[in-house]
Amino acid sequence: MERPAHTDSDLLAALRAGDEAAFARLVDDLSPGLARMARLYVSTEAAADEVVQETWLGVVRGLDGFEGRSSLKTWIFRILINIARTRGVRDGRSLPFSSAFDAADGHEDDALAPDRFLAADHDRYPRHWAIGPTPWPDQALETAETIGVIRGAVKGLPGSQREVIALRDMVGCSAAETCTALGLSEANQRVLLHRARTRVRAAIEETLGTMEPTL
Amino acid sequence: MNAARKMTCRELVDVITEYLEGTLAHSDRARFEEHLGECRYCATYLDQMRETMVALGELCEDSISAEARAELVEAFRDRRRPA
Repeated sequence: MERPAHTDSDLLAALRAGDEAAFARLVDDLSPGLARMARLYVSTEAAADEVVQETWLGVVRGLDGFEGRSSLKTWIFRILINIARTRGVRDGRSLPFSSAFDAADGHEDDALAPDRFLAADHDRYPRHWAIGPTPWPDQALETAETIGVIRGAVKGLPGSQREVIALRDMVGCSAAETCTALGLSEANQRVLLHRARTRVRAAIEETLGTMEPTL
Repeated sequence: MNAARKMTCRELVDVITEYLEGTLAHSDRARFEEHLGECRYCATYLDQMRETMVALGELCEDSISAEARAELVEAFRDRRRPA
């Protein structure tokens, strides 16, 4: 289970005592991550900014009622996710969020085409790469085009995969924080993360065209 | 018996997240690393997973505007004021 960080209780005490500097610092620390997350649910930057703003107002209102069962950060992301989901539905832009749906989308781990691998009964190299990945050029992931592909790939993921990869890899939450924020089991979180990362990597590879036959 | 069986590329790709998360069973971890030492494609694949994670962490959004921030600090200040 997730244990709130020790400093959380100090920060919470400061916030409850009305420490404006502590609040402003928290806003500065978490807003970029919140904005990244919000951007996945709504279609414009302005709408994402509104979601972040609404989240902070929710935090201000909820501070006294916060019970500290999760970390402060996780609690704030939960507030954002609830607001952003509702807002996304209203904007007609949301994707389904239940993991049952994700499991039913039939792709399993086949974000990598099965023909990338040799057959299980291959005489010399069963289940080894048929078309192997080759290294990406230096800085290839920093070009505007690739960054666009990465963003597009994340947005195209089924809802739960998108939420998990965003919290883990874009925002930097731990596995435990992500489980708490999204109400997932550890195993489920890991499966969703795996599928999401596999797909995003595959999208980059497709753009860069870095594959070669192995035999 | 399973522990002695060599890991295939397909299996490595399937358990790569467990490896990165540190949740792979000890014996499988050894098989994973043994395979990695012998297969440049899988070594590249692992590198690319890591590069993907780094790239995701660098997708930046601006923080909130100065006005929005000021508005929030004001809301925070006002929260104890009786309505």
